[in-house]
Amino acid sequence: MDFSVLLGDIPTLLAVVLGVPAVLVAYIVGSEYLVRRLPDKNRPQVRPWIWVGPSLLLVTGFLLLPAIATIFQSFEDNHGAFIGLQNYATQLADFPSGGAWVAIRNNIIIWLLFYTLFVLAFGLALAVLFDRVPYETVVKSLIFMPMAISSVALGVIWKFMYSYQPLGAPQTGTVNAVVTFFRHDPVAWLQDQWPNGLGVLNNVALIGAATWGITGFAMVILSAALKGIPGELLEAARVDGAGELTVFRRVIFPLMMPTIVVVGTTLVIFALKAFDVVYVMTNGNYGTDVLALRMYNFLYLSHNNAAASSVAIILLIAVIPVLVFNLRQFRAVEARR
Amino acid sequence: MTVAAATRQESLAAIWSPQWIAQRLQRVLLHVAVIGLTVVWIVPTLGLLVSSFRPVSGILTSGWWTALSPPFSFTLQNYSDMLAQSNLGQALFNSFMVSIPSTVIPVTIAAFAAYAFAWMKFPGRDWIFLAFVGLLAVPLQLTFVPVLTFFVAHGIVPDNLSNIGLPPWVGLWLAHAGYGLPFATYLLANFFRALPSDLFESAEIDGAGTLTVFFRIIMPLSVPALASLVIFQFLWVWNDLLVALIYVGGAPEVGPLTVNLADLSNSLGQGFQLLTAAAFFSMVIPLVVFLSLQRYFVRGILAGSVKG
Repeated sequence: MDFSVLLGDIPTLLAVVLGVPAVLVAYIVGSEYLVRRLPDKNRPQVRPWIWVGPSLLLVTGFLLLPAIATIFQSFEDNHGAFIGLQNYATQLADFPSGGAWVAIRNNIIIWLLFYTLFVLAFGLALAVLFDRVPYETVVKSLIFMPMAISSVALGVIWKFMYSYQPLGAPQTGTVNAVVTFFRHDPVAWLQDQWPNGLGVLNNVALIGAATWGITGFAMVILSAALKGIPGELLEAARVDGAGELTVFRRVIFPLMMPTIVVVGTTLVIFALKAFDVVYVMTNGNYGTDVLALRMYNFLYLSHNNAAASSVAIILLIAVIPVLVFNLRQFRAVEARR
Repeated sequence: MTVAAATRQESLAAIWSPQWIAQRLQRVLLHVAVIGLTVVWIVPTLGLLVSSFRPVSGILTSGWWTALSPPFSFTLQNYSDMLAQSNLGQALFNSFMVSIPSTVIPVTIAAFAAYAFAWMKFPGRDWIFLAFVGLLAVPLQLTFVPVLTFFVAHGIVPDNLSNIGLPPWVGLWLAHAGYGLPFATYLLANFFRALPSDLFESAEIDGAGTLTVFFRIIMPLSVPALASLVIFQFLWVWNDLLVALIYVGGAPEVGPLTVNLADLSNSLGQGFQLLTAAAFFSMVIPLVVFLSLQRYFVRGILAGSVKG
């Protein structure tokens, strides 16, 4: 391998590292200089737009306008002619195995349900258990570490965990080694579409890998909420003779509910946007396709922008309930402020 | 009898009572559960780490755990093969070239905007902020087709950018900035709003301009928030695969590490051993960033998510 490229391109790296912030600071200092030349009464009118301007421009240019354009494009064919709902008809044809249905099933039923539940259950269990041991910080960092790993590396790690050898051969994958240790036949975790080709097993295997990566995130937030519960409340319940399980069910869980909801909505969005893990581990084969991957394949492999747009809109429709919920939460918080 | 002696006698009596045993048992079970779950969490990474130091023949015929008992046979062959056969050096460089500006641009611009959202009055301010919150949930997939079409039509593609003397990643930087801004602005605006307003008022009475207030008062006070945001955005960009695939594609001259690793993973059916080493290579930088700045990272997660 050629590390000299790192040395040879150091001037470029420096130019970028120093140049980019310089441009940004020059922008704000320069425009403030111009604003000061304005008459007194105009300054407060112009100044805020100078400060929000770049942000507004980039967000509008990269999120808002493209999103709107995609909505329009989903009603057009690849030459820009209006074709009504035909793209959607193609995507939603041949229920239950044609078009986008497999991806819809995986995203909206399997991923949404299992991913959210797994991560919340593990996150909550780990937060509550770790709260009671003196070496909390150490175990927390270890659980949290996969957060720093890219989903691609995560996919490699778990492909290895799930690797499958036929019955009789020594199993090299950890999961199958455990399974065969208990005298069960090895399972082709990523290919087996149990039950009846519904693909619960292999999709849940993928979700298991994704869960491993994100649980630290849920755990940290839930743990902070747990520590926010006043100790006297728990003591009072215990003095009244409540067992640990009752304390959890009747005191801790209800008090943590608002945080669980916030984490849950974030996880729902993650579940609907799932891409990397599937792309690396199965590339959508064996009935594990998801909407984001399907959209990517239309855009990148078959250059079918019309189909890609309609898949993206299906994804948007799935996200809208969460989006509305988030906005309501936000306004409720603002109203209390 | 002194009080201390009485207590001691009492606690002696309590030892070996059924209640004491039950409590002890509960403690032991707790530690077993905690350590067990942690071990389960480490095993996947540990397995890959051990495998990356094993010879190919071993990886293909036996589980990684067999390598932990004698006879030991560890090797650096996978790492040297990986470094010889792939262009990971270039990919590492590309990852830095993608990640640093894609972090600096949105964080700086978000700080400007957050200052305006928090401390300036302008028409539509609350609605625009609400739109930012709404855009937090919008899937990026929704934006790829139009942005890519625009980039291609206006020559904002790696080849063309290199030809006119610009870094080939400019389009990717701007896209990452646009995608990162709603979260960054939201987080910083919340932080700025919580700063005491007397600070600004007294500074303004003293005749300090907007720039002085921003750079001399707000920025130094916001170091923790800025640090957590920087780490967040850096890790997100460094680990991103999808956005990089869309806007710069898989060309080795411009593709970051994740793209390179994904290529290896999809193409090398027989080169599994190289993949183990390459995966660790790609983890080094994010793990260093994460381990050294974990405190800020956790703080960022908490600030960004606990909206209640």
